[in-house]
Amino acid sequence: MASAPRSSGIKHASTAFAPWEDPDAKPLIQFKNVTKKFGDFTAIDDLTIDIYQREFFALLGPSGCGKTTLMRMLAGFENPTRGQILLGGQDIVAVPPNKRPVNMMFQSYALFPHLSVWDNIAFGLRRDKLDQDKIEERVAEMLRLTRLEQFAKRKPHQISGGQRQRVALARSLAKAPKLLLLDEPLGALDKKLRNETQFELMDIQEKTGTTFVIVTHDQEEAMTVASRVAVMDHGKMIQVDTPAGIYEAPNSVYVADFIGDVNIVEGNATVQGDRVHISFAEGADPIITAFDQPISDGQRVSYAIRPEKISVDREPLADRANHVRGKIEDIGYLGDVSTYHVRLPSGGLISALMTNSRRLARRDFTWDDEVWLSWTDTAGVLLTK
Amino acid sequence: MKRFSWFNATSLTLGFVFLYMPMIILVIYSFNASKLVTVWAGFSTKWYVELFHNEDFLAAAVVTLKVAVVSSTFATVLGTMAAYVLVRQGRFHGRTLFSGMIYAPLVMPEVITGLSLLLLFIGIGLDRGIVTIILAHTTFAMCYVSVVVSSRLTTFDHSLEEAALDLGCSPFEAFRLVTLPIIAPAIISGWLLAFTLSLDDLVIASFTSGPSATTLPIKIFSAVRLGVSPEINALSTIMIGIVTVGVVSASLITKRAAVKRARDEQSAERS
Amino acid sequence: MRRLILIAVPYLWLVALFLIPFLIVLKISLSDVALARPPYFPQLDLAEGWAGIKAFLSELDFENFVFLSTDDLYWKAYLSSLQIAVVSTLLTLLVAYPIAYAMARAADEWRPTLLMLVILPFWTSFLIRVYSWMGILSTEGVLNRFLMWTGIISEPLILLNTKIAVYIGIVYTYLPFMILPIYSALEKLDESLLEAAEDLGCSRLQAFWLITFPLSRNGIVAGCFLVFIPAIGEFVIPSLLGGSGTLMIGKVLWEEFFSNRDWPVASAVAIILLLILIIPIILFQRNEQKAREAGR
Repeated sequence: MASAPRSSGIKHASTAFAPWEDPDAKPLIQFKNVTKKFGDFTAIDDLTIDIYQREFFALLGPSGCGKTTLMRMLAGFENPTRGQILLGGQDIVAVPPNKRPVNMMFQSYALFPHLSVWDNIAFGLRRDKLDQDKIEERVAEMLRLTRLEQFAKRKPHQISGGQRQRVALARSLAKAPKLLLLDEPLGALDKKLRNETQFELMDIQEKTGTTFVIVTHDQEEAMTVASRVAVMDHGKMIQVDTPAGIYEAPNSVYVADFIGDVNIVEGNATVQGDRVHISFAEGADPIITAFDQPISDGQRVSYAIRPEKISVDREPLADRANHVRGKIEDIGYLGDVSTYHVRLPSGGLISALMTNSRRLARRDFTWDDEVWLSWTDTAGVLLTK
Repeated sequence: MKRFSWFNATSLTLGFVFLYMPMIILVIYSFNASKLVTVWAGFSTKWYVELFHNEDFLAAAVVTLKVAVVSSTFATVLGTMAAYVLVRQGRFHGRTLFSGMIYAPLVMPEVITGLSLLLLFIGIGLDRGIVTIILAHTTFAMCYVSVVVSSRLTTFDHSLEEAALDLGCSPFEAFRLVTLPIIAPAIISGWLLAFTLSLDDLVIASFTSGPSATTLPIKIFSAVRLGVSPEINALSTIMIGIVTVGVVSASLITKRAAVKRARDEQSAERS
Repeated sequence: MRRLILIAVPYLWLVALFLIPFLIVLKISLSDVALARPPYFPQLDLAEGWAGIKAFLSELDFENFVFLSTDDLYWKAYLSSLQIAVVSTLLTLLVAYPIAYAMARAADEWRPTLLMLVILPFWTSFLIRVYSWMGILSTEGVLNRFLMWTGIISEPLILLNTKIAVYIGIVYTYLPFMILPIYSALEKLDESLLEAAEDLGCSRLQAFWLITFPLSRNGIVAGCFLVFIPAIGEFVIPSLLGGSGTLMIGKVLWEEFFSNRDWPVASAVAIILLLILIIPIILFQRNEQKAREAGR
């Protein structure tokens, strides 16, 4: 797999690409207490973040969360109401978009319909008053990089959606910007093409060594391409971490719920040594979990557990700390996996994911079966927000 | 399945007969040998010959064309600027008044526009003639142009301009290199509209013209006030002919372009 | 700086050639007719400064408007203009709706051609289109000859120089303005809505009244305003087809100005004409605004 350098797992190996863990690393982009208001509406709320060179940084969130505004401030189309934006240590707030070493790939691609593919890619180079042969060389390089050589003479309406996406990428990369902004770059492609293009994008990012900031509402896309993901909501950064960190160690119910499927159980906490017991229903055994933040007895907490961390069996698994009995209410068969919706005696519904390693005819469970759900005490996350 | 019935066919037929019959009759009678328009006395082109020997009409036609070309060009420049200001420049002091002044002339009765301009020209002591007609036509035609152009600008993908800025254009370069070529068809139709309005205008030209400059509509109007005239029929036929050729060929060109574009897009998706 | 020039040029042009002329009309409508050149009084003399302005303002009065309200020629002209505009707007709607409906229901490949055929007369000279009816409607005209030839009538009908001729002229010249908005409303109509209505038990006619007609309302309203507003101030049609008997306010204004050379009264007529038009214009803007918002 051709992939951007990135870490995997919650704890990073020292060889992995993780400049955000290095206290000496100088960030390429710094947002310092940036606030952006449109009239009464606060799009960005006192936001501070560092993005490092060569990062593939994803801004993830529902529409209206401020991710596009953040990106447009980097491009220079919006100015912050308060705060500073630094690029390579210099404040760029006063620099107009045409003077910034930043390029953007637009969601609509914004290809100039009256210009050919070649002229679209050369557009930015011409503005720099480069020599004709320099321009030709650079355009040829970009066409090669994006595999568009044979389409150079076509107009944008004469090529397919996927090709248009690559022209937009080539055009924004042609000026070799310090920072490339991608606004929902794959949003207009169908699912199959999107998956292929994600890897292509990572490949190109690695080859050119450009810092990419991508805006997306598609969590799968963010997880696939990014070295770090920032989950945003209402103009604030909720969590900034590696994809694995976001998925395995969400810092809030919002993030846990936004990324992937999750079961959320609410209950009261009791600290017992290095474990917390969460009693969530009358008469049910408490959930036992590890924790990494201060918890006081009786505190109201949420517990998040991913469906694939839960095992469905006839008998409780002895090596797991948590066991719950329930009745299968629904089975969602997805081919490679099946989702089981299990009703607990307390009334709650838990979903669990099992791989279908056997063929259908030999599967174990069916509707209304009584089953045991088991999981370890480190499988879930204790959340206080 | 479209519901196309005899009822629809009948209304279309009657509708188009109503729309075209008067003009067809006019064209036919322009080839009538008799001076009495109501009696058919054989085919003749003598009214065309007479028309081309009528110095008055020729002079008026020249004035009309001059006025139309100059005023529609001014109107296109001013109207495009106005449209750009309305759609792209956001809020500024007096924007409401500005958009009011753009839209008001569209609904203002021509008699009032003509009267008010005439009173202005007299007030400032400007002699009425070709200049005053051009000023008047520019003013009311620019409003039409700005409506045509601004409706194109509002559907224009704003990110195209942003992309140009992002790639290093100054705002003016972005307008010249990206916006202008893309909205060019709308600007051209704006010009054509302004040109036609100017060619067509009787009322405003009557108020603002002086003895030194008479336009064709004024000539036609004073001639037909007295009744039907075969020379005017001939003149009308020529004008109808020019418009028909123009409109039909324009629609064929756009249709062909649309077909080609659709074919291109189809083959692009297949490749 | 560039932005300033961009805004200032069209702005100042319109102030100089639209707003100021209009204010002049307003001013003259409050002045008195005088045997002078220009033929009205008072003249604003800015050289005398503030006193001049005061003296000027004290001379302005509503005499012309009082005169208009006492002379029933003007009342009749206003009312007759309104009546002609209303009647011909309704007639245009009646003629235009079936055409627009049939166009919207025509096969896809036919529609651009039909559309072109409706737009083509719009590019043709207005004056010529009105004129073309003179030869048709006159006593010796094509229509009378045709009707007498078929034997429907034995005596020629008097059509030219009547209100009927004015109605025909307005319907004919403004027909495209009515067809186009109705067509664009009907064209957007989803065919499956009618199928759903029939599926739920409507007859075809009921489906038309309950679905098609209400959904084309915006187009109808827009079309009616587009015909009604210019029809009120119409000058060419009543002067060529209406004869001396047809009173319309545009014609009265023209005659006050050119024949009677009474500029103050002509200006007052213009101001009242505008006051009459303001209500339909505002209603029209509202309707457009609503349609735009609904379209989003």
